[in-house]
Amino acid sequence: MKILVCISQVPDTTTKISFADNNTKLNTAGVQFIINPYDELSLTRALELTEKLGGIVTVINVGLADSEANIRKALAIGATDAIRINSEPKDAYFVAEQIAAVAQSGGYELILTGRESIDYNSGLVGGLLAEMLNLPYVNVVCKLDVEGTTATCEHDIDGGREVVKCNLPCVLSAQKDLTEPRIPNMRGIMAARTKPLQVVEPQVVPILAEALTYELPASKGACKMLDVADAGKLIDLLHNEAKII
Amino acid sequence: MYLVFAESQDNKYKKSSLEAISYAKAAAGGAGVAVFTIGSTDASELGQYGADKILQAASLTCSDPFVIAAALAEAANACGAKCIIISNNYAGKSIAPLLAVKLKAGVVSGVVALPNVDGDSMTVRKGCFSGKGFVEMKLNSVIKVLAITPNSYKIEINAGSGAVEAYTPQANVSQARTQQVELKKVTGKIPLTEAEVVVSGGRGWKGPENWGMVEELAAILGGATACSKPVSDMDWRPHEEHVGQTGITIKPNLYIATGISGAIQHQAGVSGSKVIVVINKDPEAPFFKIADYGIVGDVFEAMPKIIEAAKVWKAGNH
Repeated sequence: MKILVCISQVPDTTTKISFADNNTKLNTAGVQFIINPYDELSLTRALELTEKLGGIVTVINVGLADSEANIRKALAIGATDAIRINSEPKDAYFVAEQIAAVAQSGGYELILTGRESIDYNSGLVGGLLAEMLNLPYVNVVCKLDVEGTTATCEHDIDGGREVVKCNLPCVLSAQKDLTEPRIPNMRGIMAARTKPLQVVEPQVVPILAEALTYELPASKGACKMLDVADAGKLIDLLHNEAKII
Repeated sequence: MYLVFAESQDNKYKKSSLEAISYAKAAAGGAGVAVFTIGSTDASELGQYGADKILQAASLTCSDPFVIAAALAEAANACGAKCIIISNNYAGKSIAPLLAVKLKAGVVSGVVALPNVDGDSMTVRKGCFSGKGFVEMKLNSVIKVLAITPNSYKIEINAGSGAVEAYTPQANVSQARTQQVELKKVTGKIPLTEAEVVVSGGRGWKGPENWGMVEELAAILGGATACSKPVSDMDWRPHEEHVGQTGITIKPNLYIATGISGAIQHQAGVSGSKVIVVINKDPEAPFFKIADYGIVGDVFEAMPKIIEAAKVWKAGNH
């Protein structure tokens, strides 16, 4: 089977976030970029499925040349080949349109995204792609199996979980629990250097939403400390002082 | 006109939907608010939150996001909606992008504040970097879709008197692209993202068998339970409870962190909470820096005292 895995690169989870240029963009000084953790789960599950069922895994990224190190990492983890759409990833709609343009004629049976990227937390690209390509969509998938032309997905819903079936091709977004991420080994890293990485130019599309300015959360006041022997006083403070219960 | 998608569960409208209607009423100014809802739950109460018109597709009961998005798109076209408001819960997250493509609408999810509207143009604030920041997004499209973070806007009683109208969209269950095989409903628990009080536990509890006190305090305060990443990674607790940068982001009124040191990734998921209480035996735990109340001490010593006091408070107040 042919699987397309959409990856984005995001600041490492330990990054202390700050903004630059009058708060119009992320201050990338000293920031280490990684493959979005949920995308890495998609990639690993895709590899497990093709190891079982045969097939190839293509990773796709909308990004500038600086994302190639992470694309090579995805190839080192085990993807067969890669496509980079040479553009800054603007909003989710823009990214989805770029990927849809490539995926349209690719003959992919499964298109996987992460549940959300941990930078913009929008969780939109999978659904946008599905609708643009007219395919079924299941979000926050925790378990995925494929048999014949049917995908069976267990996914989070509000107040529980639901198991659904849909026909391939389909678009799914990965949630924690889908699998454990893989660490690339030396052989994979060597092989990744020569695996095909195709660069395509972006489509010109209208920008429907754009980021203007960023802001950090308001800083907190001083923390009121209680002695552990008086821990019970907490409830009184929450009720009478903070008036929160 | 603003259009809100309202959801009900167990014959009751969800809190997040009532928040969405209140939000739409405030955002719409004089533009008017319509509500679209599916299923047969009595929708007449929705008027009081500001709905001028309630379209109810009573016979449409399904969880397939395509069918719901298609029906919602029809309703949006029928009432000439310029802005569609959905809750950013799991259902909303799957419906919003499908709807956006159907309506060629710009879409912003994770919205945390009212928009600034200037003619056809709109800017709106959303969370980013998993709670470590906010970004002001500008929407350039004529029709806009906003998915609102639960607990970001309070429920308001408004002078709206919308009557319920039966509405039959063309979209129907036969167009579903996914088929439900099994439903594993968690009953009697408050969804973590909607909870106003969250009691959370970390490695300081030493093992899953000690979670009784976390659950007890949450139950007394009418809240939900959550956990840190290591706890979920070790399978002490289910991953749905993991809050933090790679888990879920929550913003309850009160977050009580017990036995959690508060790594930057964990703080990211809870920093939007109104009041944060941290109980940890390490006085250098980074979590104290963003806490409102702190107790340096062993959770096994502090929690019984807090639970005792909470029982007394509950008996007196509720």
